[in-house]
Amino acid sequence: MSTAIALAATREPLLRAGHAFAAPAALLLFLIYIVPVGVLAWLSLTDYELGAVRTEFLGLANFERALADPVFRRSIVNTFAYVAIVLPGGVGLGLLAALLVHRRIRTRSLYEVIYFLPVTSTLIAMATVWQFLLHPRLGPVREITLGLGLGEVAFLSDPTLVLPSLAAIGIWQLVGFNMILFLAGLSAIPRDLYEAAALDGAGGPVDRFLRVTWPLLGPTTMFVTITTSITAFKVFDTVAVLTQGGPTGASEVLLYAIYLEGFQYFRIGYAAALTLIFLAFILVFSVMQAAALDRRVHYG
Amino acid sequence: MIAHAMLALGGAVMLAPFLWMLLTSLRPASGVFGGFSLAALEGFGNYAYALETAPLLRFMLNGVIVCAGILVVQLLVAIPCAYALAKLPFRGRGAMFGLVLAALCIPIQVPALPLYLGLAHVGLLDTYLAMMLPFFLSVFAIFLFRQFFKSFPDEIIQAARLDGAGEFEIVWRFVAPSALPAIAAFSIFSVVAHWNDLYWPLIVITETRLAPPPLGMLYFRDVETGSNYGALMAGATIITAPLVIAFLVARRRFIQGVTMTGLK
Repeated sequence: MSTAIALAATREPLLRAGHAFAAPAALLLFLIYIVPVGVLAWLSLTDYELGAVRTEFLGLANFERALADPVFRRSIVNTFAYVAIVLPGGVGLGLLAALLVHRRIRTRSLYEVIYFLPVTSTLIAMATVWQFLLHPRLGPVREITLGLGLGEVAFLSDPTLVLPSLAAIGIWQLVGFNMILFLAGLSAIPRDLYEAAALDGAGGPVDRFLRVTWPLLGPTTMFVTITTSITAFKVFDTVAVLTQGGPTGASEVLLYAIYLEGFQYFRIGYAAALTLIFLAFILVFSVMQAAALDRRVHYG
Repeated sequence: MIAHAMLALGGAVMLAPFLWMLLTSLRPASGVFGGFSLAALEGFGNYAYALETAPLLRFMLNGVIVCAGILVVQLLVAIPCAYALAKLPFRGRGAMFGLVLAALCIPIQVPALPLYLGLAHVGLLDTYLAMMLPFFLSVFAIFLFRQFFKSFPDEIIQAARLDGAGEFEIVWRFVAPSALPAIAAFSIFSVVAHWNDLYWPLIVITETRLAPPPLGMLYFRDVETGSNYGALMAGATIITAPLVIAFLVARRRFIQGVTMTGLK
């Protein structure tokens, strides 16, 4: 009895401290996530526009309109096409770079720096540099395309080339980041597994990779794949700076479409519906990421 | 041998934009499209011109203010909350952690529209506060710190309590310092993310003098309309330099940070 009272007496300040410590975060969670997402859901059911005199309840009409809207459908297709290039490119090249760098002893840290440099650099500034590099008449890449007999290539103004070109810039920025994650995964593979594999007759580099490295890198590959998908899915900066969705909508992507509807045309209700569609797509990836993060940080 | 060649080739592709940017920024406007020659280096004329044309240093100051403001509040909010979630039995703890996990799955672009309307409603658009407010709460920081705090020994906390230390003191004197690597990793992640963020400032800022570096770069591009590449590249160099230099100086910490958090 007395111990229970004593326990209650010591627990009381802890309870209070717990509430006090969690309160600011809870308040911000409420203001930044809970209320806005609720408001967003409500707006998506209306025809609210900034400065409109009256607003009407539309039900699901915004969603029907969005799914039938050729501009928005194109932005979905373009976004997936962009992800379909950046995902294998970013993950594959990141893995390749990590495998090559991992065995370097003296040059490892030099390559780490070089490959990681684009990750920290401001993408808007570097996108401007890329625009210049890829300029069909003024850029240095012109020399390469001319040398290869391809003539002048309008990387950013040819509708068939614009997405792959933006994706190449995306991959350039991402490879070093993925490489670092793969390097950490590679370091965690015990040496003796390779020796055991060698005794089993798996001595060649391809055998070693297929029988030891690849299976043991599984969780890392999974994590890198999810993170890369999310990053690629949220492509915005390069589109906003270099192409504004052009030429003729060939690089119109989801976030840019939402940005235009919501913050340029102020068709808030419609933009809210588009945002919820975007959320539905991204949730598939981000729920997986949160689960993977949970496992990752434990041995971080 | 092949490995070396491939790495060197890849490295050249990685570095090419940086080299081109630097070389172009040092050449006079007329010589940009000709061949290279050291005699054509105009010293730092393009830099002087870029700094005169656009308030690039102001943009960077804005970046410093915004990043510092965000980071300080993020840490002040997240560290006590993470400690409470890890070590204190309070009502609603499970629900709170559930909400943190849920929020972890929602990118900022989702609440952006209502947040913009709210800020417009209270007349806070075009302020530093508007740029910082949505990021004051980092659910990722709470999540990360909670994992680290959980492994902090309960015996030390109990001993500190018996010595008369309050929970506030325990958090800031014992628990938080023990997770310094995680806090450093998160800080790097936060500063890189917000220094480079374009989406949110593009929405809430229209005044040039408040623009952070990426938005400033956008304005500078428009002013230059892409004709004066020397000045444009000088501007890009100035904007990119702080984080690149920080990375070169604290290389280990950056790479550890990525390995630890898995996010950028």
